[in-house]
Amino acid sequence: MNDTTRATQWIGQSVERLEDPPLVTGRGRFAGDINFSRQLHMRIVRSNHAHGKILSIDTSAAKAVLGVVAVWTAADITDIGPIDFREGPIEKLAPYRQPVLATDKVRYVGDPVAAVFAEDPYVAEDAADLVTMEIEELPPLLDARDAPGEFSPGKDTEATVLYQGYGDVEAVFRDAPHIVELKLTSGRHSGVPLECRGALGRYDASRDQLELHGAAKVPHRNKELIARMLNRPPSSVNCFESHVGGGFGIRGEIYPEDILVCAAALKLERPVKWIEDRREHLIAANHSRNQHHHIRAACNDDGEILAIDDVIHHDNGAYVRTHATRVAMMTCGVLPGPYRVPGAYRAVCHFRLTNKTPAATYRAPGRFETTFVRERLVDAIAHQLNLDPIAVRKRNAVTVDEMPFKRPLEALGEEIHFDSGDYHKLLDQVLEYVEWDKLNADLAARRANGEMVGVGLVMFVEKAGLGPVDGVRIQVDTSGIVEVITGGASIGQGFETVMAQVAAETLGTDYKKMRVIHGQTDRIEHGIGAHASRATVMTASATREAALLVRAKALDVAAELLQAPVDTLDIVDGEVVRRDRPGGPSISLGKIAAALSNTSKTLGGRDPGLSADGYFHVEHQVYPYGNHLAVVKVDPDTGGVQVLRYVIGYDIGRAINPMLVKGQISGGFAQGLGGALLEEFTYNERGDPLAVTFADYLLPSLRETPDVEIILTQDYPSPLNPLGIKGAGESGINGVGGAIASAIDNAIGIPGAVTELPVTPQRLKAILDARLKGRIHG
Amino acid sequence: MTDKLDIILNLNGRDHSIRVEPRKTLVDAIREDCGLTGTHIGCEHGVCGACTVILDGETVRSCLMFAVQAQGKTIRTVEGLADGKTLHPLQRAFMAHHGLQCGFCTPGFLMLAANTLEQHPDIDDEELREVLSSNLCRCTGYQNVVKAVRAAADEMRNPAKNPAN
Ligand code: FES
Ligand code: FES
Repeated sequence: MNDTTRATQWIGQSVERLEDPPLVTGRGRFAGDINFSRQLHMRIVRSNHAHGKILSIDTSAAKAVLGVVAVWTAADITDIGPIDFREGPIEKLAPYRQPVLATDKVRYVGDPVAAVFAEDPYVAEDAADLVTMEIEELPPLLDARDAPGEFSPGKDTEATVLYQGYGDVEAVFRDAPHIVELKLTSGRHSGVPLECRGALGRYDASRDQLELHGAAKVPHRNKELIARMLNRPPSSVNCFESHVGGGFGIRGEIYPEDILVCAAALKLERPVKWIEDRREHLIAANHSRNQHHHIRAACNDDGEILAIDDVIHHDNGAYVRTHATRVAMMTCGVLPGPYRVPGAYRAVCHFRLTNKTPAATYRAPGRFETTFVRERLVDAIAHQLNLDPIAVRKRNAVTVDEMPFKRPLEALGEEIHFDSGDYHKLLDQVLEYVEWDKLNADLAARRANGEMVGVGLVMFVEKAGLGPVDGVRIQVDTSGIVEVITGGASIGQGFETVMAQVAAETLGTDYKKMRVIHGQTDRIEHGIGAHASRATVMTASATREAALLVRAKALDVAAELLQAPVDTLDIVDGEVVRRDRPGGPSISLGKIAAALSNTSKTLGGRDPGLSADGYFHVEHQVYPYGNHLAVVKVDPDTGGVQVLRYVIGYDIGRAINPMLVKGQISGGFAQGLGGALLEEFTYNERGDPLAVTFADYLLPSLRETPDVEIILTQDYPSPLNPLGIKGAGESGINGVGGAIASAIDNAIGIPGAVTELPVTPQRLKAILDARLKGRIHG
Repeated sequence: MTDKLDIILNLNGRDHSIRVEPRKTLVDAIREDCGLTGTHIGCEHGVCGACTVILDGETVRSCLMFAVQAQGKTIRTVEGLADGKTLHPLQRAFMAHHGLQCGFCTPGFLMLAANTLEQHPDIDDEELREVLSSNLCRCTGYQNVVKAVRAAADEMRNPAKNPAN
């Protein structure tokens, strides 16, 4: 079902983005740039305690401030339940959902306790400072490995225990010649987009319509969720996405603030605007990644991994938010990555709550963590069995002859089916590109000279294109402009351009003559948004389907108007022409659209409009794959790590716009670099967050970020969609933690030294100091 | 406690007469009182550079200044970078080299780069990296930002070589 061999005009071209002109001229429209007349400004009063009982809240002083219109606590919104799960009710987890405003307890520093609504944002902030509360402090629980405590009467903080696996783990371990065991931790970090969150609620009583502006990622899902929570018919709620200053998984989930602006717009009958500040963002928006793995592998002498047994403590922070257990479940399912693990597999995940900011997805959820864990494990196997780490990887990686490869584990509720690929070939390409042996020899020579330099490599499998279906409507107006109306979302990744390229290719128009709509729930009924790297695979495939239908309709009408058989016609640059008579009569798509107006004589029995709805159904996700390779240099005095070189090999199936794909990969890499070396949400023993500004939560700047060398291959277009695409959003970040950890081990000459991310200078210095002590005393 | 002051802000050659509290930051005044929302706020702490504007020929972080302090000075924001409909070479280069994804950091980078290239047209690669390290971008990994600024710098030095001119 692939048509990747045909010559293309737009698909595969690195064309400039349609998105850019407003963004480079300061004409973008981000949430903070939206204003409605008579709007109120909301400010949230947050808990300063990690854990405690709320004894009283005093809002009287805040209410007395001139310009304050209302101050709410939980008592004012008893008709609104806790934030619900995106996929619908889950009985077992329901008690752990976050209330919109804290009810009887606060459970993390940042927990919303009250909301102030005022005429001016500065006044709202002043008044918020006057809200006082009496909290009876309770001991905070800060480590998911500690014994669970009480969440609420009768409920402990282990919300659930998840399991995925196959085979007889005990038996394989009993008979295996070697067992390798590791304890590893992935630290807490998150997407931290440069634009903080923002939300505007507006109620139009004349039409009984509630609107949420500043929506992102999954506007259609959020419309349903808001309707459910506010007990309104979904048809009376709409979400509108504007420009979005980075998504990365964390933006666009429904948070307490989104519900509050909507509820307040309804009750106070004025538009309500909320713009988050950076401190709030760092303590209130979803965190991610924090997991502890105790993993064991049973191996043969040649390094073949027969079985894996992993016990995971997943630190989900204070509540279970919209994603429920998605990240933890994904972790259990994708951990084996590209490796066969034929004997048995067991992942048991203790999904636990702590008194820290609630956690959920961040770009490559469950994959960044598991690539780190799995590849540390492979390095440990190689070391313990005295084998070459590359050889161990090759011994275990699924081969091209085994494709498609099925594994009785699941990702996002689907059984894992690797659709296509040659993991060995791509690995060889990367090794050849860097001249692996020579590189190692050079580094060894530098180490012999006293430099701490080293190289590390990981393999990984990504996943993308979650189904089951997406739909797109395409309509051509009478000027010939093509509107591509999608239920997708754009979070800065070039969505409009990619959809325009696919539509233009299929229709035979200029991709610049497109208007791509996304994130507007009043324009199309369904939509999957932009998550799980779905957009390119699903929405682009649906765009192609719709464009094929529009094309057919245009040719049908043109055949009548030009008095020519359909099979002699083609569309070139928005004009239907006769293939057999170049320079002959032609008719533009705009004219055809006019000929299809509801009063046109040409219409005949056709439905009016040059438009069509296209749907794309898919049964399985696609699994692109790749390698990351890092060369690092460690400063023995400070423990600082400098990445000297970074190479990413990735088979994307097919790239619609290689420039954008590479942009995604290098952007993802920079985020991974942050998570590997710099970024961490730390807490003191009272549960106070210590990373509350950009001075303590360190995003990589240009100084720390080397250029990435990208080897982008298109060897294995996916057989699961006609364009052969596999998605790219998460490949740049996936392996960074694993590759850098491995390179650091190699640089400092201590196999298995890195057991925790991020490898901050303090942590690495401690490792180096411990070795020094060991030498002196040993 | 919040007596407002009448001030005039000169933005991109145009005077804006506004009434603000003395504590109002320059970036808030530019965005809310003057209606130019191209200048963004990423941290309000002076770290990210999203709020960078050019004030009397120097790049400043407009979140770290009060609006009243900017009275009598000339302020340039991203809205004034293009010459009418003709984009600045930096704007074109950011598009051509994919120097932006979400675009939230872009106005800050454009103003930082514009001022740098005006003052140091011959800046070398290393110095350029140093300067650009003062702003944050969460999307691009910087690679293409550097490429774009480099390309614009070359074009601005040798305008004749640019086919677009
Ligand atoms: S908003 Fe001014 S430096 Fe970040
Ligand atoms: S392009 Fe998104 S922060 Fe730079």
